[in-house]
Amino acid sequence: MAADLTFWQWTFDVPLAFGLPLLAWGLLATPDLFKAVVLFIVFGFLLSLGWARLGAPDVALAEAAIGAGLTGALLLSALGRMGVWRDGRRGAPGRFPLAVLSLGVGLALGSALWSLPGRSPGLQERVAAELSRSGASNPVTAVLLNFRGYDTLLEVGVLLLAVLGVRSLGSATVPREILPAGPVLSALLRFLSPPLVIVGGYLLWAGADGAGGAFQAGAVLGAGGVLWLLAGERPPVSPPGWSVRPGLAAGFGVFLAVAIGTLARGRALLEYPPEWAGVLMLLIETAVTLSVAATMIALFAGVRSTRAEGSLKGGEP
Amino acid sequence: MSSAQLFALSGAALFLIGLHGLFACPHLLRKILAANVMGSGVFLVFNAMARRAPAGGPDPVPQAMVLTGVVVAVSATALALALACRLSEAGGAEEDGET
Repeated sequence: MAADLTFWQWTFDVPLAFGLPLLAWGLLATPDLFKAVVLFIVFGFLLSLGWARLGAPDVALAEAAIGAGLTGALLLSALGRMGVWRDGRRGAPGRFPLAVLSLGVGLALGSALWSLPGRSPGLQERVAAELSRSGASNPVTAVLLNFRGYDTLLEVGVLLLAVLGVRSLGSATVPREILPAGPVLSALLRFLSPPLVIVGGYLLWAGADGAGGAFQAGAVLGAGGVLWLLAGERPPVSPPGWSVRPGLAAGFGVFLAVAIGTLARGRALLEYPPEWAGVLMLLIETAVTLSVAATMIALFAGVRSTRAEGSLKGGEP
Repeated sequence: MSSAQLFALSGAALFLIGLHGLFACPHLLRKILAANVMGSGVFLVFNAMARRAPAGGPDPVPQAMVLTGVVVAVSATALALALACRLSEAGGAEEDGET
């Protein structure tokens, strides 16, 4: 290893870069599935530290909230639903060729990455040149909602498809007992919910010129909703008969409407007029925030699949 | 060796471990974990590549793509978990991965 690493790289980046693969190996090798899921959550948090070290605070926020937080909650509830906590089996036949093949792929990938130039501007200069006309001063938000808006449009579509898929699977066929949450969680929820809403709103607004944005804001709001589901209570904003469906579709609907609007005005797909860019992006981000929050809650409710508590799920028909 | 190269190699190692786990682990939940580890490896490579920009901060385009990827990964994971749960309720999870 070269000696040109600085002190912080030695003390922080090197352990992190070696620790992440070790943790990944550990979570795939342990016979205890619960331990594997907990290690995966830890892996997600360490990964978000890595994002922070790589100068990607937007990704770090999303990873901590979505990658580690929500994925962890989904995995734990799926584990509870499957009821299998240990699995020590390893695929016995063909282990050696498999190891050789994986190692070959890894070495090829590693040598390809090693041969890349150490310095490359990428598209950073072009983004910086157009940033003033994009309607946002945070380059990541500008790329997400303006320069490569079609990526994000399709991503929101994928979210909607995933929810449709999870909901179309129906509820659990094997009834389960879910222990009621204790009074501590219920009390904590009443303290936590207002700050979660404020943090979500702040992240949405801050995304225009700093770390944050629709996905991070939606994840924070969605985490609040997941907590309400865990406590077995109905969130105060969802009266009886409230349907989650418009919330699920709002982000994709508004985004698609703006896309069609730009086409109808004779512009390219999602090519906003520069003077309207900021307003349109904020409109899309607000709708996407609501949709991401509703999607996260619906995905969690779908994987948890508690028909016994069906009355508590706002969106269940 | 820079931080970018260090994390890119770490990402390649994660991809390799995830790929091996995806085929070597018979349990569906662990296959889903392995696919997530593979995805994290790809994200790490992407963000490390973004870090190579010489001045004016990292390249925002790979960062935005990773952000998109994180959200797509969680929705794919949720769908996979829901399918795996239904399969285990149908009594099929014991046989998976044996072939």
